[in-house]
Amino acid sequence: MTQAAQEAVAPPTLVVRGLRKSFGSEEVLQGIDLTVARRELVFVLGPSGSGKSTMLRCCNRLEEPDAGEITLEGDPVTGPKVDVNQLRRRMGMVFQAFNLYPHLSALSNVTLALRKVRGLPRPEAEAMGLTALDRVGLKAKAASYPAHLSGGQQQRVAIARALALEPSVMLFDEPTSALDPELVGDVLAVMQDMKAQGMTMLVVSHEMKFARDAADRVIFMDAGRIVEQGTPEQIFETPHHERTQTFLARFSGRG
Amino acid sequence: MEAFLDTFFNGAVLARYAPSILQGVWVTVLLSVLIVVSGIVGGAALACLRAYRIRPLSALIVIYADMFRALPPLVLILLVFFGLPNLGILLSSSTVLYLILTLVLAAFAEEIVWAGITAVPKGQWEASRSTGLGFTQTLIWVILPQAVRLVIPPLTNRAIAITKMTALGMVIGVPDILGQATTAQSFSANASPLMLAAIAYVLLFLPLVIFSRWLETRFAAPGV
Ligand SMILES: Nc1ncnc2c1ncn2[C@@H]1O[C@H](COP(=O)(O)OP(=O)(O)OP(=O)(O)O)[C@@H](O)[C@H]1O
Ligand SMILES: [Mg+2]
Repeated sequence: MTQAAQEAVAPPTLVVRGLRKSFGSEEVLQGIDLTVARRELVFVLGPSGSGKSTMLRCCNRLEEPDAGEITLEGDPVTGPKVDVNQLRRRMGMVFQAFNLYPHLSALSNVTLALRKVRGLPRPEAEAMGLTALDRVGLKAKAASYPAHLSGGQQQRVAIARALALEPSVMLFDEPTSALDPELVGDVLAVMQDMKAQGMTMLVVSHEMKFARDAADRVIFMDAGRIVEQGTPEQIFETPHHERTQTFLARFSGRG
Repeated sequence: MEAFLDTFFNGAVLARYAPSILQGVWVTVLLSVLIVVSGIVGGAALACLRAYRIRPLSALIVIYADMFRALPPLVLILLVFFGLPNLGILLSSSTVLYLILTLVLAAFAEEIVWAGITAVPKGQWEASRSTGLGFTQTLIWVILPQAVRLVIPPLTNRAIAITKMTALGMVIGVPDILGQATTAQSFSANASPLMLAAIAYVLLFLPLVIFSRWLETRFAAPGV
């Protein structure tokens, strides 16, 4: 089979079916169905508290789903016999607060999982780590500690940390929300570059311009459900659902 | 003035008992090093066990830590030294001192390191776990290094306080600095050996106190 033919029959990268999650009596996710195809960038929008972060965190089981089924390239993510550490290695996650390890250099931040999870010897891990830092434009900062990097640089190191593991999908939870406006561009440029290289991405963000430029599909979430989805044009130009319209109206000044 | 010198700095007495006090210095140093190393390692290990949040285990650790922090070490030392022989267990005075002070330091170190572990932001756990590191790996490589850095100042202060308590060994006959000095004092009926002991303690512990100050400034800087 050719590579294209193989990809055609391969299962979608990420499939979420009937995902439910409650915190106490509050059902935060009320049945989410979502498929992310290979190389697709799915952009998730929605008001605060609509469950975007929780959905993302259920995908790699930082939150334990109450019900539903998740698969990664056809392999079950949920279920009792799953080796969650092996699966997480295949799903990169980028956090709003970066969460770099402050006691380690940028390079060691990137190589920790390569060495401890993939078991690579230090020289190999460092070679891969430097490649990953190079992809985010920070090879020169390999020896710097997080405290000596700007927010934008820290977030790019965090992206490199996830990227170095060569994940099948990258999950982004508001990667630029904690950044000063002038630093947002560098991070988005890195993400756009990843998209161009064929990375599969699920991105929760409020950066509408990025969505227009890079997203294949935009999803609008509200109160624990997917209310509406479509191409960026469909969602931004002709949203059908009233809640989508109200939400976008508030953002019309931006992006 | 002469009486003062004769009481505290009697040349003949000093010369005569200096060698035995020097022996005491080695005993104090050896005990202190052993106690600090095993106490801190033990306390950190207990704090790590507590991180697994296994209810009964955590409860036991908390009870142990609270008991050993509440009881005066001297009470424990006397209790064990004079109590155990009745059960047929004979331990040397140095062994009893080592065991008790190690257990006391481990109790304090457990609480201090635990406070450090809980002070590390949740995001650190999540970042590490999201790259596939397991709970134990995350604890060892991500959380503990940060926790220990946070608590270096209280940990050094507690370690210094405990090593000074080796002087309690005197009451059960440990031949440490103070033990040697009090023996010499009773034989010579002169306070000079005690003065020598005081000088020895200052020479031993002042550098440690200065070192702990340095540590505090060194680890006060974030992200280093
Ligand atoms: N660990 C938790 N314990 C209890 N409630 C939680 C927890 N995490 C999230 N929630 C609640 O679940 C709801 C959805 O939260 P979530 O963080 O998924 O929303 P979000 O869409 O990401 O919002 P935002 O845009 O503010 O980040 C909120 O009401 C929140 O308070
Ligand atoms: Mg969120």
